[in-house]
Amino acid sequence: MVNNLVEVRGLTVVRDRPVLDGLDVTIGSGVTGLLGPSGCGKSTLLRAIVGVQQVQGGTVTVLGQRAGSAGLRSRIGYVTQEPSVYDDLTVVENLRFFARVLGCADAEVDAAIDAVDLGSHADARVGRLSGGQRSRASLAVALLGAPDLLVLDEPTVGLDPVLRRDLWMLFHRLADEGAAVLVSSHVMDEAERCDQLLLMREGAILAHDTPEAIKRQAGTADVESAFLALVEDAS
Amino acid sequence: MTWAVAVRVLTQLRRDPRTVALLLVVPCLLISLLWWMFEDSLGDPFDRVGPALIAMFPFTVMFLVTSVTTLRERSSGTLERLLAMPMGKLDFLLGYAVAFGVVAAVQSLLAVTVSVGLLGLDVEGPVWLLCVVAIADAVLGSALGLFVSAFARTEFQAVQFLPAVVFPQILLCGLFVPRDSLPTVLHAASDVLPLSYAVDAMNHLTRDADTGTVWLDVLVVAAFALAALALGAATLRRRTP
Repeated sequence: MVNNLVEVRGLTVVRDRPVLDGLDVTIGSGVTGLLGPSGCGKSTLLRAIVGVQQVQGGTVTVLGQRAGSAGLRSRIGYVTQEPSVYDDLTVVENLRFFARVLGCADAEVDAAIDAVDLGSHADARVGRLSGGQRSRASLAVALLGAPDLLVLDEPTVGLDPVLRRDLWMLFHRLADEGAAVLVSSHVMDEAERCDQLLLMREGAILAHDTPEAIKRQAGTADVESAFLALVEDAS
Repeated sequence: MTWAVAVRVLTQLRRDPRTVALLLVVPCLLISLLWWMFEDSLGDPFDRVGPALIAMFPFTVMFLVTSVTTLRERSSGTLERLLAMPMGKLDFLLGYAVAFGVVAAVQSLLAVTVSVGLLGLDVEGPVWLLCVVAIADAVLGSALGLFVSAFARTEFQAVQFLPAVVFPQILLCGLFVPRDSLPTVLHAASDVLPLSYAVDAMNHLTRDADTGTVWLDVLVVAAFALAALALGAATLRRRTP
């Protein structure tokens, strides 16, 4: 297991008020879950790792390079919280366009569509799909070009439980194939599916360990109770 | 990559037949309406306003369409995604310019065909050069639309840039008062507004077979379009707050 694919040191982001204030964290291989309530700074941290966030201080190093440097752009797959695909294009057309931008073969398009199980809707316009299907189309784009790091901002929100399970299986399969997967969620019951957990609240990391270790240290049966215990300890 | 963007934008546009129809038909209808007004009530020959109209409508319509489309790209998150990918800023803008340039070419051809063919606009210079001016002018509209979309947060705001950026150019381009009769200050102002050059070129083509100054005007319009594209590229930020 590689432990420092992503290194965040003293990351400070101020938007009217400090969102992140001197945050330190390292992220390794496998599936890492970034869990915390809405508004705790998860998306901001993810955006800083992808290199699209204006930061006021600190350094973010990804795969040995400064976050946002040109060499990283084809090595990171990024899914924003809102599905960022073109509503008036079909699933296939969206994927083909992004494949051209990334310079990868058209064969990867079909593989990415199959991976998110949208094969039966490949020729449907994205704007006419359900919310869950649209976010899966957006996820498929991030799989193009076999990225070394996948940064997924709440990719499973609002999905059918069966589909959610399938997507978590997909994340683990991608991790087994060597990609580091960083997934955010505000749903604590997704914690059990991660190799590593980052619990976040009000711009700070409360805990960073395996789900088992976090529960054991807090002496609780589930991650949600562990989260509560950690918050109470801190105050 | 420019090509990929252009093809994508055109595919998107094709999915919206109503917009395409409005884009192509409305300028022709408006030009015909003005022809009717001028011929019937004033007895004033259409030749005085026709050239300016061919320059004005494609410019205005392309400005509007482009500013709203690119704003949509900014607000939907697809721009952020593209800029996190190996997508060059200039590739992105040129892709848009090429796509809307194609639409502008079709629109201008239609407007010229209607004006010259149906409404009897007299053109002394070559008609194809009239089309070149119209296309350069429409591309300029697109480039300005791309640029101002950076300063709008909503589509509502983007539309408000039409009276702010386009109307002064229409008022001063020589359509209402010939540029030479304008007060000195306004004449100077019209000298730095790009639409004036497109209208000058159109007027010249309808009156004179000599094309030297027309090319100079086209060059000025193209330079403004390039400058707007370059400024537009500068407003695309890979990192946002």
